[in-house]
Amino acid sequence: MVQFTFWDILRNLLLAAQWTVLLSLIAFIGGAIVGLLVCVARISKSPGPRWGARIYIEVLQGTPLLMQLFLCFFGLSLIGLNVPPLAAAAIALTLYTSAFLGEIWRGCVEAIPKGQWEASASLALTYPEQMRYVILPQAMRIGVAPTVGFAVQVVKGTALASIIGFVELTKAGTMINNATFQSFLVYGLVALLYFALCFPLSLLSRRLERRLNVARAS
Amino acid sequence: MNYTFHFADVFAYADLLLRGAWLTVQLSAISTMLGLIVGIAGALGRNSQITPVRWLATAYVELIRNTPFIVQLFFLYFGLAQMGIKMTAGQAALLTMVVNLGAYATEIVRAGIDAISKGQWEAGLSLAMTRWQVFRHVVLLPALEKIYPALTSQFIIVMLGSSVVSQISAEELTFAGNFIQSRNFRSFEVYFVITGLYLLLALGFRQVFRLIGQRVFRKA
Repeated sequence: MVQFTFWDILRNLLLAAQWTVLLSLIAFIGGAIVGLLVCVARISKSPGPRWGARIYIEVLQGTPLLMQLFLCFFGLSLIGLNVPPLAAAAIALTLYTSAFLGEIWRGCVEAIPKGQWEASASLALTYPEQMRYVILPQAMRIGVAPTVGFAVQVVKGTALASIIGFVELTKAGTMINNATFQSFLVYGLVALLYFALCFPLSLLSRRLERRLNVARAS
Repeated sequence: MNYTFHFADVFAYADLLLRGAWLTVQLSAISTMLGLIVGIAGALGRNSQITPVRWLATAYVELIRNTPFIVQLFFLYFGLAQMGIKMTAGQAALLTMVVNLGAYATEIVRAGIDAISKGQWEAGLSLAMTRWQVFRHVVLLPALEKIYPALTSQFIIVMLGSSVVSQISAEELTFAGNFIQSRNFRSFEVYFVITGLYLLLALGFRQVFRLIGQRVFRKA
């Protein structure tokens, strides 16, 4: 039997953590792009897109991420596509992220006082111009802190990709655990590595939030 | 796409699905109650004047909020077993859910307590109440009322997150799905139905919490 030293375990976990980072980046960037569309649809003036976005958000926020992963994984193979676990995980996490970011950003846009809309409309700006020059720059300032905060949820969400067989940090932990039987050490290290990824994001989010509050109070 | 869906194959196991859903409801309800208690205790710890208590509460919150639920589950179930603390899958699932919810509830409850104006504390203390009495009789209920929507959302997140405990073979809704799937290989249909059931549970829970909220925070 192969003996694992502490450093073997740590090194393998660090290697696998790269996949966690990669999957998080894909999901976050993809989720941001789709989330922007969701947000725009959610605040649209016509009821069709508004309701569509609302149902989209309700369904994705009202069902477990694990089920979304399973449905992507098994659903795509159903229509004849042989999807690797990374692709299924990336798609499911992108959809999940987009629903939350879309709703977060909607809140930010709606936090902009109505007077800003009226003032820019009275300057004969069109709707896209109002968005581009008046509303979005202000909404983005409010949105930065909660968006960074949600990135923590995305990183943690990638842990579920282990269940459909994608070898990232959690899956590597399970595999090493099965070989070494040192559950306490292995899962402790896995938890610490996630903490090392997430805690800086949490701190950044909190600092941004504080800075915004100071700016607003003055 | 030449695929015919066979949902009847899934509903043939309706009793199994119902049993799984019932365990999900039980796990969620118990962890909600215990998690709220942990949250209130945690919030008191975070605001405590004793420095080590404050640090301990802070470490608990940060550690839990910055690690995935599934890793917490594995750590508590497999890790503690290696240390000699053996639990059944159901116990480990419940413990992890309470520990997880407790950390989030701590921050939510703390925000509620901070939102209560200082005048309330001062008024209570000037009536010769102890700090604990002021907290219990003056501050707690209005604080909970302020944060009730946030707490409700967090409870539902934990209920949905409980699908993960199927990974240590706790026999809740997702576990029932995995079992059925392994029998008839109708993966998509099974998880489609299970997803729908979770959606119903989430909507149902929100309704129940609204009714509870109306009763508890009833205005005179």
